[in-house]
Amino acid sequence: MIDRLAFDVAHLFAGGLVLVSFMLLYQDRMFGLLNIFALHALVVSLSVAWQAYIQQAPHLYITAAIALVVKAIIIPVALHRIIVRLGIHRTIETVVGIGQTMLAGIALVALSILVMLPITAQAGTLAREDLAFSLSVILLGLLMMISRRNAVSQIIGFMSIENGLILAATAAKGMPLVVEISVAFSILVALIVIGIFLFRIRERFDTVDVHALERFRGEQP
Amino acid sequence: MALILDALVQGVQLLLVLLLAPLLTGYVRRVKAHLLRRRGPPLVQPYRDLLKLIRKEVVIAENASWVFRVAPYIIFATTLVAASLVPTFATGLMFSPAADLIAIVALLGSARFALALAGLDVGTSFGGIGSSREMMIASLAEPAMLMIVFTVSLLAGSTQLSSVSAFMQGPEVGLRVSLAMALVGLIMVAIAENARIPVDNPATHLELTMVHEAMILEYSGRHLAVIEAAASIKLLLYLSLVACIFAPWGVHTAGQGFAALAVGLVTYVAKLAAGGFLLAVFETVTAKMRVFRVSEFLGAALMLGLLAALLLFVSRSI
Amino acid sequence: MALTVLLSCVAVLLATSVAAVPAARASAATPLVYMFALLCSAGGLAAAGAVLVTGATAADTMDLPIGLPWLGVHFRLDCLSALFLVVVNLGSLTASLYGLGYGRHEPAPGRVLPFFPAFLAGMNLVVLADDAFTFLLTWEFMSLASWALVMAHHRDRDNARAGYIYLLMASFGTLSLLLAFGLLAGPGGDYGFEAIRAATPTPAVSAAVLTLALIGAGSKAGLVPLHVWLPLAHPAAPSHVSALMSGVMTKVAVYGFVRIAFDLLGPPAWWWGAAVLTLGGITAVLGVLYALMQHDLKRLLAYHTVENIGIIFIGLGLALAFRANDLRWAAALALTAALFHVFNHSVFKSLLFFGSGAVLTATGERDMEHLGGLIHRMPLTGFAFLVGSAAISALPPFNGFVSEWLTFQAILLSPSLPQWMLKFLAPAVGGMLALSAALAAGCFVKAFGATFLGRPRTSVAQAARETDAFSLAAMFVLVLLCLIAGVLPGYFMDALASVTQQLVGAQLPLQQDLRWLTIVPIAEARSSYNGLLLFLLIAVAAWLVAYVIHRWASHAIRRSAAWDCGFPDPSPATQYTSGSFAQPIRRVFGSVAFRAREEVQMPLPGEMHAARFRVQLRDLVWDAFYAPVESAVAFFADRLNKVQTWTIRAYLTMVFAAVVVLLMVLTVWH
Repeated sequence: MIDRLAFDVAHLFAGGLVLVSFMLLYQDRMFGLLNIFALHALVVSLSVAWQAYIQQAPHLYITAAIALVVKAIIIPVALHRIIVRLGIHRTIETVVGIGQTMLAGIALVALSILVMLPITAQAGTLAREDLAFSLSVILLGLLMMISRRNAVSQIIGFMSIENGLILAATAAKGMPLVVEISVAFSILVALIVIGIFLFRIRERFDTVDVHALERFRGEQP
Repeated sequence: MALILDALVQGVQLLLVLLLAPLLTGYVRRVKAHLLRRRGPPLVQPYRDLLKLIRKEVVIAENASWVFRVAPYIIFATTLVAASLVPTFATGLMFSPAADLIAIVALLGSARFALALAGLDVGTSFGGIGSSREMMIASLAEPAMLMIVFTVSLLAGSTQLSSVSAFMQGPEVGLRVSLAMALVGLIMVAIAENARIPVDNPATHLELTMVHEAMILEYSGRHLAVIEAAASIKLLLYLSLVACIFAPWGVHTAGQGFAALAVGLVTYVAKLAAGGFLLAVFETVTAKMRVFRVSEFLGAALMLGLLAALLLFVSRSI
Repeated sequence: MALTVLLSCVAVLLATSVAAVPAARASAATPLVYMFALLCSAGGLAAAGAVLVTGATAADTMDLPIGLPWLGVHFRLDCLSALFLVVVNLGSLTASLYGLGYGRHEPAPGRVLPFFPAFLAGMNLVVLADDAFTFLLTWEFMSLASWALVMAHHRDRDNARAGYIYLLMASFGTLSLLLAFGLLAGPGGDYGFEAIRAATPTPAVSAAVLTLALIGAGSKAGLVPLHVWLPLAHPAAPSHVSALMSGVMTKVAVYGFVRIAFDLLGPPAWWWGAAVLTLGGITAVLGVLYALMQHDLKRLLAYHTVENIGIIFIGLGLALAFRANDLRWAAALALTAALFHVFNHSVFKSLLFFGSGAVLTATGERDMEHLGGLIHRMPLTGFAFLVGSAAISALPPFNGFVSEWLTFQAILLSPSLPQWMLKFLAPAVGGMLALSAALAAGCFVKAFGATFLGRPRTSVAQAARETDAFSLAAMFVLVLLCLIAGVLPGYFMDALASVTQQLVGAQLPLQQDLRWLTIVPIAEARSSYNGLLLFLLIAVAAWLVAYVIHRWASHAIRRSAAWDCGFPDPSPATQYTSGSFAQPIRRVFGSVAFRAREEVQMPLPGEMHAARFRVQLRDLVWDAFYAPVESAVAFFADRLNKVQTWTIRAYLTMVFAAVVVLLMVLTVWH
């Protein structure tokens, strides 16, 4: 039986991750989005570190450190530089309004809980909970990718899916370090590729952005 | 004997709420002024303002009806009754079986109803602006508040504030993300309901920033004094609500002695001071939102409440 | 005994109705007819009230040898019927009282007087029916009588269209109910409710019956998406009939659903609760959103009926869900909440419709954009309307708050439900309920403010006069009831105890013995409410502050022009209208729910014409459900038109083909 404090803190981090995913959905400014994503990565690394502590699995500390350094520091800073250099439009346009996106998000959280909890009835309480929460984070990341018109926010959504997967993997009792390294490198590669693509399609996005800006000038209909 | 003690506690609470409210308003103003490197008005200035207003002549529009004249008293009475039912320094108030959290929220809704009608009574466009914006804000703030009440009462197993407060002091609670979300949601709703930045600016009379001020634009003299007092009491109510649910340490519960009452009083005043300070800091660092951004702000509070209620089902006790 | 009284009252009503046909033109006819209706309603109310309060467990039945020869008609008076008869007769009583004054202004008494008592009789008979045939017959009779009343002013094109749609939807509803009863009676064909109660249908049949009952009763009650006739038909009828249709007839529909779902069908399945709960929640939110967009006072009230029916069905859905999981006391709480709201809504909705009828008589206007300032000209009507608005907005200490509070308490019991779907639905629907309550308050600030407060926008509003004494009496009786039901809810909840005992097998603890008249639905430590104490506290606090102010404050008061920041505009067109009041809410919710689009055309510099502001709203329910049906029917009707132009030989061929096909079917069957 897991100690209650340990359980509560793990629950706090996992629930906090879901909350930060919602905060990601609420953002409509680029730099705010990057800051919240840094927070997202920070919460994931704290959660993994706590799991390392209560499961007595020291290799998870390294996972936490990688998540912290790469995702909470390097990638947001790099994206910040890219945005400033390419002069990408700083406001994020959504496909549907923020209220509806949030409502869809709540429905997705309910769906993941409805799916996960009954089928993991034999697992330990903490694992069940973290699995349900991580599925929510994954679905919310997907929602973010499909409901934003901006390439940077789609990258952020993709990486938040990755964070949800890390949460699931650590909750299910351990993940070999080599898997984590390969996953981290694949993310870096994806980032570089997307960065190159951004150079080439910058013109396109900029044009679209300017027109979108004109369309949204003044009162919204 | 216990009955007399309960009645005494209830009476003291009523008086405390009544007397401390303008002081709280004065304190918040003074802290804001200090943060802006001004000296600010003295702490007792709101009392002086109220006395001044009471002694002034009332000027009423020619076509104002009895609704206009009666509304301030209804607003004050309902707000005062609601505030006297929120445990401040002691739980187990004598009248607490009369109204639980839901009824307290509805009492504040009655006050708002009367205020909105008073805004429409004279038939000016400013009153209409205030009333329509206020009802839009209320249409999102009240459901958000009720979802927060759901979350808290699902956890505490009761909507009675005394039971909730006692539960929160006990060992059963634990660190819960749902409670954190409920706290943030409650703060957002409290800001909206009390017409504070970033939802409304209580200090100016510009059309752009008016919701509450627009509704009371036509009031003067003793009517205005009563309404301003009611607004101060409402601020005190929300701070007490946050304190008694989320920071209930030191509140006197049933069975403790007189010394615990004194401790309760001291901790309550300390909590009010801390809350007022944080409110002043928050108002200073934030800018006021566009009116239609308020709906997104409160929509986020509603979502927080819903999410908090949902996440409770995932945790260990339900 | 009580049943005999009720049936005799019904007989007198029918007799009055028949007698009114030739005599309607006489000047004494109006007060006589309404007088008889009033006396019969009073008798019915007393009889039903006696049964409900004494909580008789044995039901009273009576069989009459009229109607179908092998069936007869059966009537039964049990606690559930008694409750709904109280609601029906209370509404009829006040409507007849109102009609004594309002009926004098009726331009076409011959079209109203014969059908009014028939309508009352029909409603009473539906609640008393004890077999399917009687039920359906009286249901249709009720619909037809109300249709005739809707068509009373048929020269108005809007009214004619409203009557047509009402007739269509009513027939559709009766068809669903017919199918439902057919399924319930089963292959044995025994239509008596006793036999149906004893039979146990299979789950598939039960599901089908519930769906059909939901469609049939729901369309009469006003559930989304079957509500479209309600906002058209209710305003078209004379005001006291609108009050009866909105406040009472919808409750008869709720009775039909409760009778089938709780009594005749047997133990429910859990998903029934989920379905009814979801429908109720959606109805509540959509109803109030539609209401906010209206500027016709009566149509706004009709949409609010839709919202309140949604709230009632939320309570009923919760009761079904709890009952399916054998949580009987929780089911009793939810059912008490729903039934109390049935009573409360009939009271304040009648009150509001009476108020709007008074306004209509005084000014000839239903459009809020042409009213204003009526509180000075009609102070008593204004006060009554204000109490009704406060009651429907669920504000303490009135009665609307108590039933909503009970519904919230029932929702808070949802964690004890084992099914996950229900566990999540209940808080979500709770959020919807809270949203609809908040929006309703906003809507009634708008309605009361635009109609009664402010400055008169037209000359008719300026010249309005207070209504007659009968209308005012009817309204003030209801005002008193709103207050009493809000302040002393324990007695009402105890009266409902026998009904919940009959339907779900449990009842709430006795409320009237609790000290200081608090109501405690579950446990003292969990939640309690004391309406009387709150009312007294508010009154004392208000009196105290008034006393303090008057003792120490200045008494000087001066009337002057409005301040308005120093630039008061004399034109009453500059004040907020109902459309402008609803604009922020329309921006927030309407862009999603109605695809609301606003368009402003400003004149160019130098042009002298006025700016134009255009709001476009689409009724998505109509577009999604009704427009396709309409076009499909039109398409097929066009195709079938060709049948009219066939030759005689073609018709004979068709008859021959039909005979051959039927013979082939017979051979295959055997």
